[in-house]
Amino acid sequence: MKKYFKSVIFFLSSIPFIIIIAKIFLDQLGPEPIKEITHHTGEWTLLFLVFTLSMSPLKRFTNLNIWISIRRMLGLFAFFYASLHMFTYVGLDYQFDLSAISKDILTKKFIFVGFAAWFLMIPLALTSSKKMMSVLRKNWKKLHRLIYLISILGVIHFLWLVKKDLTEPLIYLLIIIILLILRINFKRSETKII
Amino acid sequence: MKKIKYSEITPENIYKKRRSFLKSIGYGLGSLSLASISMINNSLANTNLNEPTSYEDITTYNNYYEFGTGKSDPYRKSQEFITKPWTVRIEGEVETPIDLSMEEILSTFNSEERIQRLRCVEGWSMIIPWMGFSLSELLNKVKIKSAAKFVEFETVYDPEQMIGQRRPVLNWPYKEGLRLDEAMHPLTTVVTGLYGKTLPNQNGAPLRIFVPWKYGFKSAKAIVKIKLTKNMPVSSWMEASPREYGFYSNVNPKVNHPRWSQATERPINGDIFTPRIETLMFNGYGDEVAHLYSGMDLKKYF
Repeated sequence: MKKYFKSVIFFLSSIPFIIIIAKIFLDQLGPEPIKEITHHTGEWTLLFLVFTLSMSPLKRFTNLNIWISIRRMLGLFAFFYASLHMFTYVGLDYQFDLSAISKDILTKKFIFVGFAAWFLMIPLALTSSKKMMSVLRKNWKKLHRLIYLISILGVIHFLWLVKKDLTEPLIYLLIIIILLILRINFKRSETKII
Repeated sequence: MKKIKYSEITPENIYKKRRSFLKSIGYGLGSLSLASISMINNSLANTNLNEPTSYEDITTYNNYYEFGTGKSDPYRKSQEFITKPWTVRIEGEVETPIDLSMEEILSTFNSEERIQRLRCVEGWSMIIPWMGFSLSELLNKVKIKSAAKFVEFETVYDPEQMIGQRRPVLNWPYKEGLRLDEAMHPLTTVVTGLYGKTLPNQNGAPLRIFVPWKYGFKSAKAIVKIKLTKNMPVSSWMEASPREYGFYSNVNPKVNHPRWSQATERPINGDIFTPRIETLMFNGYGDEVAHLYSGMDLKKYF
């Protein structure tokens, strides 16, 4: 049952990727396809960060461990979509023009925080295996708390790039703040019980 | 930059034929993957970057916040917009203000095809075969007082029909402005049509201006009022973010915008492999307009 659940989640999580590939091949991306791909992958990165952050609160509310069992996969999907997002920007948009890209990173704060967020995801992806978990022990948990910072940076990246209508990034910000606040309470109540 | 001569432009019917020709090749090959064909179709149709952007792209990919902030919103939400009757008022520092009906404007001034480059501040660009005439012709209908130094354009305010105006995204009605000499420059165009047809609603019908050497937002759409003023008008975008949008907003690859690269631009053509091209000073119209700004520090007056 648990294995089955995991495969379903894996399939569902791949759908945004399948959609974007299908759209590329069917020429359904409209007049500015690179921007479409960038927005699509960026949005799904944020969504997967939100999904990942939702798992421990969900476990708490439902008392089911099954949520924790898919958390790593969701986090890796967040990294996957973030990497596609990065590649679209570096490879498709700027065609690996590294001097233009480094100039962008240094002069545009939204690109800087976006790049930083992606960069910080790398150690988390590399240490996501069970083996690394046992190697790092207590430090693993500390290291993986980086996701709080990453998700905040991701939302700031979105907030700073929007031209005028801030509704969408503010919704993400609100959700992420709620998810982080839930954690604070969680920790406290846990220590009380202990 | 090389000016686009009329002879270099593919007329729309031939352009469409070319597309349908490519499509028919596509259907002929039939069993081959549909995907690669549409991609070939795209890249072939757009090999020449001096060709006008397709009618479809020009009319479905717009920034026109009166109808919503999404790029396809103007196309989807402006079709019911009523542009008849329509009157444009010219007022302010003039001897006698006048009201011109759209019929009068269309019968008085001869619209010609003007192929002009559009560079959006967001970093994308199009080449658009407008129909229009110089704004100076329209302004010559009134006696401008010598005190007049600037021209302010005002878009219609009609939240009933323009659903984007129901939210305070910008301070409605939309306002833009030019210095009087910029407004009188022959390249500053009153646009009445596109691709030889009436101007579609999503492109600013029934009447808009177009200033090809400035970022697209300077070119106000659905204009109802043109006001000559003594003082520099405050445009809607300046009001929204003075740090990001200056009064002049000339296309300038050297003046950075906090979010978008202004050094390069992506030509709109629906192809994911078209590389960025370099953005030119004054959008390539330097020979014609640079003298308007001689002696000015364009980093300060961005």
